[in-house]
Amino acid sequence: MELKRFGFIAAIIIVLFSVVVLIGSSQSSPLIIIGSMIATTIAVATPLTLGALSGLYCERAGVVNIGIEGMMLAAAFFGWLASIYMNSIFGWAALPSLIGGVFFAMLTGGLFALLHAVLSVTFKVDQIIGGTVINILAIGITGFLNRQMFFDKGSIFGGNVPHAPGTLPSLGKAINSICNGGCDGLVNSISGSVIDQKPIALLAILLVIFTHYLLFYTRWGLRMRAVGEHPRAADTVGINVQRMRYANVIIGGLMAGLGGAYFTLESVPSFEPLMTNGRGFIALAAMIFGNWTPFGAWAAALVFGASQAMQINLQIFRESIPPQLAVLQISYVVGLTPYILTMLILTGIIGKTTPPAADGQPYEK
Amino acid sequence: MKDKFSINVVWSWLRAALNAMLVPVLAVFTAMVVGGIIIAMVGGNPFDAYLGLFQGAFGSAKAWSETAVWATPYIFAGLAVAVAFKGGLFNIGAEGQLALGAVFSAWIGYSLPDALGFDLPAIIHIPLAVGFGVLAGALWAAIPGALKAYMGGHEVINTIMMNYIALNLTSFLLNGAMKDPSPTNVIARTPAIALSARIPPLMDGLRVHWGFFLALVVAGLVWWVLWKTKVGFEIRTVGANPDAARYAGMDVKNIIVLTMAFSGMLAGLAGAIEVTALNYRHELGFSMGYGFDAIAIALLGKTHPLGIVLAAILFGGMRNGATRMQFVTQIPTDVISVIQALVLLFVAADAIIRYIYRIRTREDRVVLTRGWGG
Repeated sequence: MELKRFGFIAAIIIVLFSVVVLIGSSQSSPLIIIGSMIATTIAVATPLTLGALSGLYCERAGVVNIGIEGMMLAAAFFGWLASIYMNSIFGWAALPSLIGGVFFAMLTGGLFALLHAVLSVTFKVDQIIGGTVINILAIGITGFLNRQMFFDKGSIFGGNVPHAPGTLPSLGKAINSICNGGCDGLVNSISGSVIDQKPIALLAILLVIFTHYLLFYTRWGLRMRAVGEHPRAADTVGINVQRMRYANVIIGGLMAGLGGAYFTLESVPSFEPLMTNGRGFIALAAMIFGNWTPFGAWAAALVFGASQAMQINLQIFRESIPPQLAVLQISYVVGLTPYILTMLILTGIIGKTTPPAADGQPYEK
Repeated sequence: MKDKFSINVVWSWLRAALNAMLVPVLAVFTAMVVGGIIIAMVGGNPFDAYLGLFQGAFGSAKAWSETAVWATPYIFAGLAVAVAFKGGLFNIGAEGQLALGAVFSAWIGYSLPDALGFDLPAIIHIPLAVGFGVLAGALWAAIPGALKAYMGGHEVINTIMMNYIALNLTSFLLNGAMKDPSPTNVIARTPAIALSARIPPLMDGLRVHWGFFLALVVAGLVWWVLWKTKVGFEIRTVGANPDAARYAGMDVKNIIVLTMAFSGMLAGLAGAIEVTALNYRHELGFSMGYGFDAIAIALLGKTHPLGIVLAAILFGGMRNGATRMQFVTQIPTDVISVIQALVLLFVAADAIIRYIYRIRTREDRVVLTRGWGG
């Protein structure tokens, strides 16, 4: 991705941070505010980063996926459900239940992606319609099961929302429990710092680097791009287009599933209907803004993360917001930034993007 | 003229209609079967559940009336999505356009008499309230239309983003400037609209209102515009092949904006009628889910106004009957969302239906949407 766009991204993030530092300056020192903003930005950008990677795997292989939102929602629900089962019915400890939950979330994402692949690769259904089917199906299934299992007197939990095994621990806490209090120096230096993130957030960053390597430096990546750019040429040299597309859509589903796990296993220990709240679509915009590259998508996800972090931090400093700005109902205005930014990005004002040439086209042999 | 109505023509027309209905009907049937399996899996009796659903939807005059009440916004919103499809555009934003239509219609409905200082006759106030809702929906949809036509921003993401913006905007207005000021009110809703802005019910004792009748008329009008007017021809041509439209001298960009505005108009009308004929105010959250349902209805109705009316009555009946089904069998009404998603799945992937039921005839594929590039 060209330097200009990274510069633009850096500029937006600096502006967002500055506003928070200015408003919060009477209550806290700038360094502390910036540190907390960075930590929050990385954390809340996690589902966006993973959603964008999900879209990237699908679209680089030539399959448009607007079902990321639904995949994440379903993964959030089923991962959470699995962790509850392991914890309160099988009697596992909290941490193994949570890790098991993450595994099930990824599995859910993968299964929904398999459905998308069947629809778009085998049956050659219009891919945007196929994604819409995934979204509606996910809303329906999670809403139905959530009510049926937890809000019904005859359900397994007798009409109560059960006790969930909490959320995944942050890096500092994890290291602390691994060395049994034997490495206080390391723990102290990590705790409270920017890298004291929870595991899915850290994994997301590693996956960005991994995807970049896979896409541009391996045979698999070359084949993946080939079926996304010119499937007929790829077919001619003996690449199995259908199989390549199936595999990458499913990998994309695993990524979306991990992103879904963030909501119920890492961020909060509960599920709410529609809780992904458009993050899957914003992730798609991040992927487009990042011009279908992993690092670009991550940078764009951080911009959206920063605007959300700003909203969260302004909530903390809301007494310090000058009354002139309070009239503008600043939380509503800031809440709109990701959506408006997404639309601006799509217009191409901020630089032209080029999708893979065969994106969205079924391949007919 | 005599030829046009000969028995052969009628017969072939009927055959075409039956042919067109085959896949949607089988898709609904298959979705009901799969839905029944899901109901059985969670411990319910699918036959009891479906009997309750049917009785609740079509079992009495009151059931029919409520089904029509549900179907009314579905018809408008389904037509909205279908018009966009005809123009080669995918409008996922019906939900936001509908919400804004409802807000603005309610605003004119409750505030105009006070602002003017005198009561308006219903014959002026109703069209004004509905008209503002329609206008709001049209303008809201025209924005992503213009972004698509002039700047190449894909309407799928843009209409979704506009949904979230509309939702925030509505929440902002209904919690602030437009909040019902009566001392007992704690929820985000507008004041009740004036009596002069209310569309009366069709008959006493039932909730079904003239809006349902209007929906049927509008469905006819949409058919007429799309297939019998120049502008409809242009919309369909741009939808089928924008390059051909351009070579034929059509102003493709303006037609794209126009198509989206037309689509948003219908979605705004859905919201306006809900306010003026049914709820008599707008309340936050009532419009949730209409946008996705509208897509399913448009596709189930094969983007044809007659099909959409039938599909809307079916979906309206399901939503309405679900309450009785839940009462009788304790199956949550949400199962309807699952069945509707399955209907959409089988309609969209008609190859699955053709495979299951061994249907040989193959219709021409209709291009509904295009990738990010186009």
